[in-house]
Amino acid sequence: MATQHSRSAARIMMAPAVFVLLVWMLVPLTMTLYFSFKKYLPLRGGDLGWVGFDNYVRFVTSSAFWPAVQTTLVIVGGVLLITVVLGILLALLLDQPMWGQGVVRILVIAPFFVMPTVSALVWKNMFMDPVNGLFAHLWRFFGAEPVSWLSDASLASIIMIVSWQWLPFATLILLTAIQSLDSEQLEAAEMDGAPPLKRFYHIILPHMSRAITIVILIQTIFLLAIFAEIFVTTGGAFGTRTLTYLIYQRVLESQNVGLGSAGGVYAIILANIVALFLMRIVGKNLDA
Amino acid sequence: MARSVTTQRKILNTAAAWAIGLLIFFPILWTILTSFKTEAEAIASPPIFLNFDWTLENYAIVQERSNYMRFLWNSVIIAGGSTVLGIIIAVPAAWSMAFVPSKRTKDILMWMLSTKMLPAVGVLYPIYLLCIQLGVLDNRLAMVVILMLINLPIIVWMLYTYFREIPGEILEAARMDGATLKEELLYILTPMAVPGIASTLLLNFILAWNEAFWTLNLTSVDAAPLTAFIASYSSPEGLFFAKLSAASTMAIAPILILGWFSQKQLVRGLTFGAVK
Repeated sequence: MATQHSRSAARIMMAPAVFVLLVWMLVPLTMTLYFSFKKYLPLRGGDLGWVGFDNYVRFVTSSAFWPAVQTTLVIVGGVLLITVVLGILLALLLDQPMWGQGVVRILVIAPFFVMPTVSALVWKNMFMDPVNGLFAHLWRFFGAEPVSWLSDASLASIIMIVSWQWLPFATLILLTAIQSLDSEQLEAAEMDGAPPLKRFYHIILPHMSRAITIVILIQTIFLLAIFAEIFVTTGGAFGTRTLTYLIYQRVLESQNVGLGSAGGVYAIILANIVALFLMRIVGKNLDA
Repeated sequence: MARSVTTQRKILNTAAAWAIGLLIFFPILWTILTSFKTEAEAIASPPIFLNFDWTLENYAIVQERSNYMRFLWNSVIIAGGSTVLGIIIAVPAAWSMAFVPSKRTKDILMWMLSTKMLPAVGVLYPIYLLCIQLGVLDNRLAMVVILMLINLPIIVWMLYTYFREIPGEILEAARMDGATLKEELLYILTPMAVPGIASTLLLNFILAWNEAFWTLNLTSVDAAPLTAFIASYSSPEGLFFAKLSAASTMAIAPILILGWFSQKQLVRGLTFGAVK
């Protein structure tokens, strides 16, 4: 049905979207690459010339680098573990027959719609504040000493806040996947006398595996980039400086653009490795 | 699932699910409740749940002190503008990819997806610098354009998956019946495409409303939306729980309501059609 005429029309219709995205990608990327090879300090002398791979070496050898990598891995890994495991359990529960399923779904999904600055600040002040926070009240009620969450257990606190934000996403996608499972298959297994745990391992889990992979990959991309949650809670202090936050500090706070740009290139490479896996799965789906 | 279960099982499921649902929702509920308390009641020990003197004064104070309406207006303009602009650019593209696919369609779609994976912090300085040089730092129009670009890949993808579900045979049948191209577009394709476009609009409005990297880094006063407004409560105002809660409630209420309508689209939009 596609004629020569409609083909050229199609190309014209696609052009604006392709063009703006191309510009959006190429211009800043080129600039980041350019800066990354320069000693560039806008507030202290400006452009101080080419330095080759100096920034790349200095970024990874600075004392802040490995702790930042470690923090990033702990946060991403911790949130993934919590959201995927709890997400599976919650999706299984929500799939069961019950009264008021629609309302429960709404309650569970709600945190995803809360803007990051609000959830971070509400958790920080109203729950984790060591004097007036709800946790402090709870701890005192049980006769325990209230914890200064964001300074003494900073990583765990951030993981908790971010997990609260992303659990709905994992649950919703895993629930969608479970609901697409052919119920006859489950019934057959049930009639053959397969116990629930076996049914879960041999039928439900394999069916969900693709959805789980997608949840992990998409969340990883978003979690590597979390910013607002750290910005309004600890500001990167108390060992919560992730790679993203470190680059932000280098670039905008200390205005060491060359060094920060080299860090940016590392971040881009890292994200692309994850993206490659995700795109392979999504691409397969496109052919089907 | 059409499995029969005992009533006892159902009661157990219901109790467990509601308990967990309320636990997850609790921080939001607590914020809304606290917004109606006085500051003294908000930090009372032990905490007061419902039996306090409900008051609206926090809302009045927040509005008066920080001009909430201006931030709200910025959020509406930035989220709404970027979404509408994105749809205008994306509809023709998604349309042509869905109905006149070529060998390269898949590559273009995948490439668009890859631009979404670009970590924002990697291009923070170039964008910041460009904004300064063009004189558009803290400018609403610039934020509209930037958030449009951030969400354009998702918009194209969502529209593409929706459009692809419109069967081509209907178009052919209409053509056989002598429909002109204009009639075909107006009476057949548009009605079928509207639900998909509406869903896309809704989800991307929500994503743009909550975006908190570019809005925090590129706005300060004139163009600051609600994300930045709340961040300004970081300290020390954040310690006034009732006012923080009122401000937070006002920032999230519109989106919570919209969000409830967009559950289904959320899955499709955020997994690029890989889970439906």
